[in-house]
Amino acid sequence: MRALVIDDSRTMRRIIVGVLTALGFETVEAADGRQALDVLEQGIEVDLACIDWNMPVMNGLEFVVAVRERKDWRGVTLMMVTTESEHGQIVRALAAGAHEYMIKPFTPDAVKEKLQLLGLVEIEELV
Amino acid sequence: MTLAPDTFAFVADLVRRRSAIQLEPGKEYLVESRLLPLARTAGLLDVDSYVRGIRAAPHPTTLEAVVEALTTNETSWFRDALPFRALVDHVVPEMLTATTSGMFAPQLRIWSAACSSGQEPYSIAMALADVLAPSRMKITATDLSDQMLERGRSGRYSQLEINRGLPAPMLVKHFTRAGADWEIAQPLRSAVTFQRHNLLDAPPVGGPFDVVFLRNVLIYFDLATKRDVLRRVQQAMRPGGFLLLGAAETTIGVDDGWERVSVGRSSVYRLAPRRAA
Ligand SMILES: C[S@@+](CC[C@H](N)C(=O)[O-])C[C@H]1O[C@@H](n2cnc3c(N)ncnc32)[C@H](O)[C@@H]1O
Ligand SMILES: [Mg+2]
Repeated sequence: MRALVIDDSRTMRRIIVGVLTALGFETVEAADGRQALDVLEQGIEVDLACIDWNMPVMNGLEFVVAVRERKDWRGVTLMMVTTESEHGQIVRALAAGAHEYMIKPFTPDAVKEKLQLLGLVEIEELV
Repeated sequence: MTLAPDTFAFVADLVRRRSAIQLEPGKEYLVESRLLPLARTAGLLDVDSYVRGIRAAPHPTTLEAVVEALTTNETSWFRDALPFRALVDHVVPEMLTATTSGMFAPQLRIWSAACSSGQEPYSIAMALADVLAPSRMKITATDLSDQMLERGRSGRYSQLEINRGLPAPMLVKHFTRAGADWEIAQPLRSAVTFQRHNLLDAPPVGGPFDVVFLRNVLIYFDLATKRDVLRRVQQAMRPGGFLLLGAAETTIGVDDGWERVSVGRSSVYRLAPRRAA
């Protein structure tokens, strides 16, 4: 599994990369939506994108819209990871095509549970 | 700081008698860290003096507070995901088919036993909401801890708690913003009733139940208590009802009155026919 981690904060990228690596992901980083689109346009295949909302050049919502317009990128699961926490904003992101929404701050367990729901991380077999 | 042996013995015994939770030797750190806040609130510096005071003058509410402090309330939304899928994909269809044959009431009665702060019963309600009108579900949520019941009744959860396993589409559909928190909205809220109940006692009102969630609590009990609790649960259930246990729990080797049914990658339990009177 490969994940694209998009955030203008290098610290935040490092945190998210750390959590995803521990869950077995390979990661690629981008500092804004435009850089992230460049990664996808280079043909690098990713299963998951963790997307900050507020970023310069191209924000997370614009990135989601851009990805959703491309048929060949349908396989990318889109999860917003942001401090934006209003009900209406979550609705907007989901309507634009995001699959999940994680509000900062979060714990590693929370990331794992979200990715399990999305089918990207195995759920341990129950006895 | 080390706990005096008789402090640990007293607390372990109290907790065992009142909740059946086993505090094995080696759990001194747990007793110490859980009771220190209570000791501090009482104006004392350490747990030994706090417990000495309780032993000299036991007060029901203080004893209860000690037992509550030793419960582990860790929980999350849709914990382990699979049981909730099994509920929707297997249990409900079976129950609804049975209803048309007159076997089950038009309302599905579910008991979320040891529900902690309410994430489990509300997750059940949300999972069912996709296939059943809220008026057709009656969820009885019980726990030993008044503090946890209070939290469940408030229906209010912090952002950190919301992040733990609640799918975003469910969040926007069933919750409203309440300051920095989120609050479960109607009509799902009224589908869940909270009630104090000790698993060592007779079943709560609200039954007989079609489905019982008894998750992540048997692990704290010894074998005899597990048997005893499973037997009581059995008595609270309708014949043909389903039991859902935690990821590390099973009836196998504990109580053979149950039959394991594999559903997808998880299992549910059903009263074995010969016992289902
Ligand atoms: C780890 S939580 C499990 C919560 C939820 N069922 C889940 O799976 O996420 C265990 C709960 O069991 C409760 N508990 C412990 N002993 C109990 C007893 N004897 N009777 C009722 N509840 C009890 C505790 O108060 C605690 O809230
Ligand atoms: Mg940012």
